[in-house]
Amino acid sequence: MTVETLLTDLRLLTPELILAVGAMAFLLLGVYWKGEEAAARLIMRLSTALLVICAGVTIWMAGGEGGTAFHGAFKLDAFSLYAKTAIYLAAAGALVLASHYLQSERLAKFEYPVLALLAVTGMSVMVSSNDLITLYLGIELQSLALYILAAFNRDSLRASEAGLKYFVLGALSSGLLLYGASLIYGFAGSTGFDAIAAAASEDGAKIGLLFGLVFLLSGLAFKISAVPFHMWTPDVYEGAPTPVAAFFATAPKLAAMVLIARVVYEPFAPMTEEWRQIIVVLAILSMGVGAFGALMQSNIKRLMGYSSIGNMGYALVGLAAGTALGLWSVLFYMTLYIVGVLGAFAVILSMRRAEGMVERIDDLKGLSKTHPALGWSMTALMFSIGGMPFLVGFFGKLFVFYAAAEAGLWWLMVIGLVFSAVSIAYYLRVVKVIWFDEPEGRFEPAPAGVALISRAAALATVGLVPVVGVMLALVINAAA
Amino acid sequence: MLDQLPILSAITFLPALGAVAILIARALMRGEDQALLERNARGVALFVTSFVFVLSILLVIDFDTSQPGFQFVETIPWLAEMGINYKMGVDGLSVLFVLLTAFLMPICILASWKIERRVADYMAAFLILQTLITGVFCALDLVLFYIFFEGSLIPMFLIIGVWGGAQRIYAAFKFFLYTFLGSVLMLGAMIMMFIMAGTTDIETLLAHEFARDLQTWLWLAFFASFAVKMPMWPVHTWLPDAHVQAPTAGSVILAGILLKLGGYGFLRFSIPMFPDASAFFAPMVFVLSIIAIVYTSLVAFRQTDIKKLIAYSSVAHMGFVTLGIFSMNEVGVQGAIFQMISHGLISGALFLIVGVIYDRFHTREIAFYGGLVHKMPVFAAFFALFAMANVGLPGTSGFVGELMTMTGAFLVAPIWAAGAALGVIFSAVYMLSLYKKVTFGELTNPKLESAQDLNLREWINLGVLGAGVIWLGFFTTPVTDVTRASVGQLIQQYQSALTIEAPELAPSEG
Repeated sequence: MTVETLLTDLRLLTPELILAVGAMAFLLLGVYWKGEEAAARLIMRLSTALLVICAGVTIWMAGGEGGTAFHGAFKLDAFSLYAKTAIYLAAAGALVLASHYLQSERLAKFEYPVLALLAVTGMSVMVSSNDLITLYLGIELQSLALYILAAFNRDSLRASEAGLKYFVLGALSSGLLLYGASLIYGFAGSTGFDAIAAAASEDGAKIGLLFGLVFLLSGLAFKISAVPFHMWTPDVYEGAPTPVAAFFATAPKLAAMVLIARVVYEPFAPMTEEWRQIIVVLAILSMGVGAFGALMQSNIKRLMGYSSIGNMGYALVGLAAGTALGLWSVLFYMTLYIVGVLGAFAVILSMRRAEGMVERIDDLKGLSKTHPALGWSMTALMFSIGGMPFLVGFFGKLFVFYAAAEAGLWWLMVIGLVFSAVSIAYYLRVVKVIWFDEPEGRFEPAPAGVALISRAAALATVGLVPVVGVMLALVINAAA
Repeated sequence: MLDQLPILSAITFLPALGAVAILIARALMRGEDQALLERNARGVALFVTSFVFVLSILLVIDFDTSQPGFQFVETIPWLAEMGINYKMGVDGLSVLFVLLTAFLMPICILASWKIERRVADYMAAFLILQTLITGVFCALDLVLFYIFFEGSLIPMFLIIGVWGGAQRIYAAFKFFLYTFLGSVLMLGAMIMMFIMAGTTDIETLLAHEFARDLQTWLWLAFFASFAVKMPMWPVHTWLPDAHVQAPTAGSVILAGILLKLGGYGFLRFSIPMFPDASAFFAPMVFVLSIIAIVYTSLVAFRQTDIKKLIAYSSVAHMGFVTLGIFSMNEVGVQGAIFQMISHGLISGALFLIVGVIYDRFHTREIAFYGGLVHKMPVFAAFFALFAMANVGLPGTSGFVGELMTMTGAFLVAPIWAAGAALGVIFSAVYMLSLYKKVTFGELTNPKLESAQDLNLREWINLGVLGAGVIWLGFFTTPVTDVTRASVGQLIQQYQSALTIEAPELAPSEG
């Protein structure tokens, strides 16, 4: 490998390099800085800025040419650039949400933003992976950072439990994934996605590859918390510090979903009939568990956990189509979902009373009366996540169902529609608590960043509707 | 003159703009001067709705009644990649509903003048509701239609749940979930239509011929949504709860306009787009309509709550509408539209009447009242007028609607018309007995001694509605002229679609 090819390869990795170097620089800065609080604050701001800069870089790179690096192990195309931009922005939003919370909960340590940056680097590699080894590297970099973040509040029993549970199950899923990858390598003779695609189109290797794919998808399904690999989700959402849950619900979900999409659409494209069965089962189970599991929850974070399980199910409905339409519908769905979830967690982070943070659904009682702006915001966000028109989340649902029906899976669409009618009930319950019940005290004023994100996301659920066509064009362009 | 202006968008979105203005004002004022804010919220709402009413009168005046097609069409690319446009337009089937909505809204705002709790939110919710309902009647794109249709659940859910009676939460959930489940199936059907026809443009879809076996499923999915919305027996059970618990203005909107979305949907989608399925299922609809008319009339008779009685009476009257629509002849369909307009006025007025006495005595128990005529003669006179209109007395709009729909049904199947006529008799039974119990007799309840007759606001509201009911009772042409061309085209297209299909069907059925 000459220096020139190395340089061209590295050019494609610009955002990842910025992130990795930034994370390590911040690590050094944090270690050698005397005042811990001040260091944490500064590094938090710098990390957020770094993520925004990276988002800018990816947008700028979208104008240039894509390509592959490191002998095809790393791939940069419109699809991964779009996903990266969304991941960086979502992660930046999650860091903004975290900053005040960590200080008030005495968790303000500089490791938090550094770990978040490392996780984002991992996600970035995931969405660009074009080789099973890159895929695994990305996933592990992301996961190891997330395990620590889940248990970041190490003095809390619940957080430690959440972190441990996530780690043990995550390790198991990594094992499954690796086993699947080794089977695929064995039958395809290569770890590169292009070679696997070539092998998959030959009849002889199909059975073995299918075995590998089942394990691989099981491992990946864990990352998007699709049923039956969802058990960790409600506990981790509830136990982990709230901004960590907000982070979990957004960027890693998008990264893993994009990765699944890439795996099934590129190397396994010749086996669409086979993998579709797996995705369909995952989708139906996720929608069902998400819809019914959330009905009886009393903790708003657990509710969001089940909501994310259900929503991943809807995204998988679009993925099951196996068409270009299905691909962009998933991307579109995930984008709108992230906007809604980030806003909803901003509202949850606004739920602070004099005695500390509260997180029961009943604590939202009378919110529309005590904090009208927050009440309207949460109402719009809940309806948007639930896919209710006239809010923008509806369009996400519309197109995943459209994609499925267009691919002949109209019965999957009907099942999805019925589950979405069930799941609207628990979003309604939150709205009911906000509007119909009498208030039981007020919240403390929310920090500026949190207030801004909750308002902006709520406005987006309505304000994006007239310009939803522009977003659609972006997504279609990215998936083409 | 109005052709150059986006008048339909103006009529549709001005109320939402008003709502946004109210909410922004509230956010800026931060609760310093609540009284001022609340006063202004009422004023803004009344001003906006009145202005929209004026606009819709101009719209109807400018509407060319000789044209059967869509007028005032606006098209703006929206989801251009998928060929989904923001497309608005009205024809003879929908333009009067736009007017009806714009007409009832200022009345609702006036009727809510004495709402004390959370006035800004209340007015904002009503204005948003108006935008969504008007949008349903104007939308010429499936996705746009669905967004307005389904979106109207959100403000109505809040209106029932926040400003409703004791059982409001149960009623609000029942209302929402019932209608949502129905609509979700319709969404599935719409997606299938989108895939089959390759477009969501309603004008194009009206000309598209769907395969016959697919039509059946699509028809059933749309039926699930519209039948709940109408509501038809046996999926009407959400209506009495929603009506009883909703605040007065909420009931007026619910009965006056929201129920019409179902009938409008049948006319806009089910019949022209799925003619074969409509013909196939028409007997079923007839049976359900007759059951609705007879059964809910009997149920109405047994009610002890005035609002519940009127709610059941609404179900019965909507039975006439479905009867007229599915008779699929000109007089029947015209009558159905007339009946919907007329019922919008009459049921709205009846709920206002209940509101008048509920505001004074805070109960809707029939047994509580009696002899009100001695204390509230003007009220009794208005009540008499609307009770008679509800019964279908000649000279009121109720008579015209029932007569036309029954004539339409008679032309198809005389026996069904006879069943419907039975309903007319029953409606006289429950309405007259209600009227007698509330207004006549001796004034025995001492709490009624302090009764005040109508105030100016109530006078205006009931007077305007009463004038409308009588006017339409004598002059039917203002309605039928507007609808004639479009209904004629609807029937003609339906007939021709049937005759083309019929010969092909014969072997497959045998």
